[in-house]
Amino acid sequence: MNTAVFVVGMGAISGIGNNVAECLAALTNGGMGIDKIKHLPTNHSELLPSAEVKLSNYDLSVISGLSPSISRTAMLSMIAAQEAWDDADIKHIPGLRTGFVSASTAGGIDKTENFAVDFLTDTRKGKLRDVINHDSGSITNIVADKLGIKHHISTVSTACSSSANAIIYGARLIKHNIVDVVVAGGTDSLNRFTLNGFNTLMVLDEQLCKPFDENRKGLNLGEGAGYLVLTSARVVSLLKKAPYCALSGYFNANDAYHQTSTSPNGDGPYRAMSGALAAAGLQPEDIDYINLHGTGTQNNDISEGAAIERLFQSHYPKMSSTKSFTGHTLGASAGIEAVFSTLAIQHGVVFSNLRLQKPMTAFSFAPETVLSRSPDIRNVLSNSIGFGGNCSSLVFSKV
Amino acid sequence: MKAYISSAITISPQKTFKNPLFLDEVEVYTDNRLTCIEPDYSEAIDPRLIRRMSRIIKMSVASALACLKEAAVAIPDAIVTGTAYGCLEDTSVFLSNMIEYSEEPITPTAFVQSTHNTIGAQVALLIKCRQYNNTFVSGGASFENALLDAMMLLAENDNSNVLVGGMDEITDMSHIVLSRMGLYKRKPASNLDLFKTASKGTINGEGAAFFLLANKPSSRDLACVDAVTTFYKPTDITETANYIKTFLTTRAINCSDIDLLITGNNGDTKNDEIYAQIQTSVLADIPSVNYKHLCGEYPTSTAFAVWLGSNIIKNNAIPDALNFKPISKSKINKVLIYNHYQNTYHSLILLSSC
Repeated sequence: MNTAVFVVGMGAISGIGNNVAECLAALTNGGMGIDKIKHLPTNHSELLPSAEVKLSNYDLSVISGLSPSISRTAMLSMIAAQEAWDDADIKHIPGLRTGFVSASTAGGIDKTENFAVDFLTDTRKGKLRDVINHDSGSITNIVADKLGIKHHISTVSTACSSSANAIIYGARLIKHNIVDVVVAGGTDSLNRFTLNGFNTLMVLDEQLCKPFDENRKGLNLGEGAGYLVLTSARVVSLLKKAPYCALSGYFNANDAYHQTSTSPNGDGPYRAMSGALAAAGLQPEDIDYINLHGTGTQNNDISEGAAIERLFQSHYPKMSSTKSFTGHTLGASAGIEAVFSTLAIQHGVVFSNLRLQKPMTAFSFAPETVLSRSPDIRNVLSNSIGFGGNCSSLVFSKV
Repeated sequence: MKAYISSAITISPQKTFKNPLFLDEVEVYTDNRLTCIEPDYSEAIDPRLIRRMSRIIKMSVASALACLKEAAVAIPDAIVTGTAYGCLEDTSVFLSNMIEYSEEPITPTAFVQSTHNTIGAQVALLIKCRQYNNTFVSGGASFENALLDAMMLLAENDNSNVLVGGMDEITDMSHIVLSRMGLYKRKPASNLDLFKTASKGTINGEGAAFFLLANKPSSRDLACVDAVTTFYKPTDITETANYIKTFLTTRAINCSDIDLLITGNNGDTKNDEIYAQIQTSVLADIPSVNYKHLCGEYPTSTAFAVWLGSNIIKNNAIPDALNFKPISKSKINKVLIYNHYQNTYHSLILLSSC
């Protein structure tokens, strides 16, 4: 059961780049992706800065090979999952049972919104092709079919921790010998439903978000997709290249405090982080970098920070919220940040937390304000905290 | 790895909730939309909370809480749910308001509750369960993945239990949209006659079902889950047959060991042809029953089938509602559920007596 699981491929698309190399370049040169909304038709385009992928649906369809009329969520997923799958260079090994575990919070709702405009005037109206892929599972199927993966297909949806749980589920499918290889992560596109939902909750910053800043005002939404290819030691031994790192630990816990906010003392995030460390057999001082959930809302940062203070005390590792670059990509965020965590180990780099001016006074630690390099980033912790109290943490370790 | 089902609760279009009698009477529907028979929730849920909950949340939370009570478990070690469409009513309320008010600020309640993990989260919040919590939205394999997750958790952790559920609701909007897609019968007849005439389309259904699974036996167990598997878009009937054959042979099970097959026939000619072919090949000569005349067709209907199968094992009896011809076997030990949802996701769930 305790077979190690390794990261052998990665793919990402976000507001800062259309592939892993572009995302890495932006993260290292401070290229931030949050701007006025250009592609999504919404009344809030001038008011609510967001990190859109800098491609139209038509451009995305050319790259993904999917119809331009299909959900943007599927096209983003396709591009990142294909990149990860190609990067792993694993298809040539015969007889592998392969799974695709994808996550999404809103699935094809970007098309359902168009359908509903017509449907609400007359229930006989609205193009059915705009609603047929409404559910997140359909988005996963579209991508699985194009990747040619079919041994195990599943979809996870636990709000902002969705793709962390997809990665955990994928790893466990390998450990239980149900599949040999898994492409796991998540996708979400910016859409009016989610944008307006977060706006009614009054958690969106009308300026650029400032995670973990004393004067933070909220989050900026983003969109994108991020996937890892995970496999066992046995399959790694058949590959030409070494794995990037190991997924050495993970833990899923619930905060059970409130439907949309996390407890001020950070019980859920604390349980997730300490559980993931225990699963990896690591002590807090072994962690070299924390990729924070760090949305920039009052509630998230106080809760996550309280949990970090409790767990790490005087051994604070370097930490940053890369949502200051990509915005909060919701169901994709843990997948994208799993890729960034892998890059931190691979390239020995700790990314900066942009726009941090005044660190939160409640804590005796502060995220990194400048990029730093260290050849020995051994263990990286990545946090995800979502609606419904869903908290999951992942630990990636150098091999 | 065996999982012991220590309780099974469902709210369905039949009188299944808090009913000591096992399907002794059948609710008849003449429309192509079967609606859950809802209980008085005030016993189970705080009335102040009920007001804010949509129908699927109420049905699911009530089933989950009743399931825990029945199993005498206060806080389970994990909560896992599966739902293809999630909280559809809240989704369409927020969507409609957003369009109607041209993106002006509106109340966030429906948005908050539209999140797919709302049910798992609400149950966790009500009982203060800070453990593992996960939600699958895998179309016609949503409940199966929740069940598989639960089985893996039980294998990973000694002496543990998992609350696992499957749920989907019909809304006015979803019924119209899915009808326009041609899923349902144009000339609906009684649900009791669903399998009598060959025609296109099925009947729409819904339900919420929860199970408390444990990796240690207890005196109240209904049955055991021996295995669950899903397979995706088989290219032809041979691939389907081979998958089922492999499932059985790897577990050293012969067809003669299976006392009852529960199949997912839904009355649609093309859909049901797959079951007919499988029942004349790899699953030939196993006594079988259908269940979708009772609950309708929906992506998580296998949760109803597990409730049905585990109660059949526990009672060692097949209710008349299933139109079953009596068999010679005196004891029902093994029940296999085979379902496919629109030939995309196929699943096998094997139940046995404990």
